[in-house]
Amino acid sequence: MKIRNILITLVSAIALLISASTISFAKVVGDKIILGAAVSLTGKYSSNGVHTQNGYNLAVERINSMGGVKVGGKTYKFDIIYYDDESNSGRAAQLAERLIQQDGVKFMLGPYSSGLTKAMAPVTEKYEVPMVEANGASRSLFTKGYKYLFAVLAPANLYLDVAIDLAVEKNGGKPVKIAMAFEQDAFSQDVRLGIVEAAKRTGSKIIIDDKLPKELNDMAATLSKVKATNPDVLVVSGHTKGALTAIRQISEMKVDVKMLAMTHCDAAKLSKQHGKASEYALCASQWHKSLSYKDKFFGGGMKYDADFTKAFGYAPPYQAAESSAALLVFKDAFERAQSFDTKKVRDALAATDMQTFYGNIKFAEGGQNVSKPMVLFQVSCNDDGSKCENKVVAPTKWASAELVHPIPSWSKR
Amino acid sequence: MDLLIFQAPILMVQASMDGILLGILFALIAYGMALQWGVMNIINIAQGELVIMGGYIAYFMYLSGIHPAFGVIVSPIIMYCVGWGMYKLVINKVVDKDLFTSILATFGISILAQQLMNFAFGADVVVAQSNFGTTMLFNNSVTLPNAKIFSGVVCVISAIILVIYMKKSKLGRAIRATAQNARAAKILGVDTEKVYAATFGINAALCGIAGACIAITFTLHPYTGLPYTVRSFMIVIIAGLGNLPAVAISGMGLGVFEEWSDYLLGTEFRIAAVFSLLVIILVYRRFKLARKREYLK
Repeated sequence: MKIRNILITLVSAIALLISASTISFAKVVGDKIILGAAVSLTGKYSSNGVHTQNGYNLAVERINSMGGVKVGGKTYKFDIIYYDDESNSGRAAQLAERLIQQDGVKFMLGPYSSGLTKAMAPVTEKYEVPMVEANGASRSLFTKGYKYLFAVLAPANLYLDVAIDLAVEKNGGKPVKIAMAFEQDAFSQDVRLGIVEAAKRTGSKIIIDDKLPKELNDMAATLSKVKATNPDVLVVSGHTKGALTAIRQISEMKVDVKMLAMTHCDAAKLSKQHGKASEYALCASQWHKSLSYKDKFFGGGMKYDADFTKAFGYAPPYQAAESSAALLVFKDAFERAQSFDTKKVRDALAATDMQTFYGNIKFAEGGQNVSKPMVLFQVSCNDDGSKCENKVVAPTKWASAELVHPIPSWSKR
Repeated sequence: MDLLIFQAPILMVQASMDGILLGILFALIAYGMALQWGVMNIINIAQGELVIMGGYIAYFMYLSGIHPAFGVIVSPIIMYCVGWGMYKLVINKVVDKDLFTSILATFGISILAQQLMNFAFGADVVVAQSNFGTTMLFNNSVTLPNAKIFSGVVCVISAIILVIYMKKSKLGRAIRATAQNARAAKILGVDTEKVYAATFGINAALCGIAGACIAITFTLHPYTGLPYTVRSFMIVIIAGLGNLPAVAISGMGLGVFEEWSDYLLGTEFRIAAVFSLLVIILVYRRFKLARKREYLK
């Protein structure tokens, strides 16, 4: 018994020593700036988690190979400590704590999804650790008065309101009838708020306002209502499952609607999975390769697309592009702050005003990026539906194709 | 919105048809659950995961160029083996323990299955295309996807085959005997171990058929099994064990009720409505049973 007690004491003493020694593992080691990130490598967000990680990695590699970060006359290189948050928000908060407390990380990159970012933000805020995130768009992230949270992407309420403006414009400036179906989660409900505001602004009428339960993969009843009421625009947002379900059932039930606006088309590989059935869908996107933004690291969108495809074997969804942009923001802020003091870096981040291949970045008071508009693309397919392309149709400044409106009826498709 | 029923009454037909076709699918899954619940006294929390697994089999057939509809033949065969293996590995250790142990065990299996599927197939939501087209009724105002009709027919046929099999075959008789009294069946020479394994296999096969149907009518994702478990559990609670017609009727009834409440009240009330109905049925039944008990006093 005694020996056992001594053993336990010994083991715990060693454990304590080890954990104490890791605390000295600091934010900047030698010529490395250590960033911390919890991303979803397993669990339900794992595919988008991997896009996020690939985006981060590509940017780290690119910045390091092109001279690194110059602070105080010395050149530093980026390095990222990753943990897998298992797509679980509780785990994400724990890992944020662990990265800061045990690994001594002073600068963080965001996880994937609004929910997980929401779980991590209070922790980074508590320790006053600046976090640049690229995959949490929920508006509630930016209304809490967080000082250390910066998002390179446009907030969720701006995702689809452009579509309503577009519909009104196509309707000769007259208000339209809107049908909408949104999943009941933070992100989709924020997209909904944007639509509600746009409807108010344009005097349009919302005639269907369905909230889809998370586990639902059947929208037949909502679509019956759409058939009964014949709206001008149908707006759907429910992550990848919502997008795939909507297209499947709209095409099977032959629901004719003049405009169909959605989110997550890219992430759902909509045109690949549904082919011609997905044609004419309007999709909100943070980024598209055909946009003409430029920076010196990635060149433009087309070049980023090519480089990413070469490195990872698939074309980058916007989730990867925005993640890469987060690193560019950090580099820029370090060089302007000329310091690794978290307060100074935070102030430098807040003063960011730059252009990247992904878009212009300038943070508002709440931390959201206000200088980059969302784009809408429309899926366009060849005759047999074997090859589909996403073509930017709005805003007009970036448009590479004319919007097809109204969508041809199913009897003619 | 309240007047929707008068605006387009024909669409109530649409909602009913959608509900019936959805209900048949759930009824098949529920029948598998009722079968092994009745025989082995095990509530299988991993039921939904078996369904999704069956769906992925059809999906991979689709990816390799075979029409996913053949999944309704291939998937049950593979899933029978999966179910049989699952029984031999885990379930046979908990089959005579109390209900709580087996619920925990199958809950564990369901988590494991989710993670394994996520690992093997990825976290993307996927669909298999049947390209079956659509049947239009009533001057094109009611549209029924042929894939859904196909699923409905497949489910009905499999249920009929199963009923005949249970009535006529030797194994079917053994299963029914074990369900009535496992100990007596054992004394009379029934190899209950084999019966249990076969029952679990049959349940998994039924889930496989349903899964293949879901692959061509809805969407697949490693983590979407739970709603199927919950729904089949509900149907079994309403219908009771070992009563196939009741399972079929309560499955379809719930499906129609669900679509109607969605159509008339709004999607956000859909699940709430179904669960309220469940509560009402359970309360009603409690009073009915209480009255019966009084007679006995």
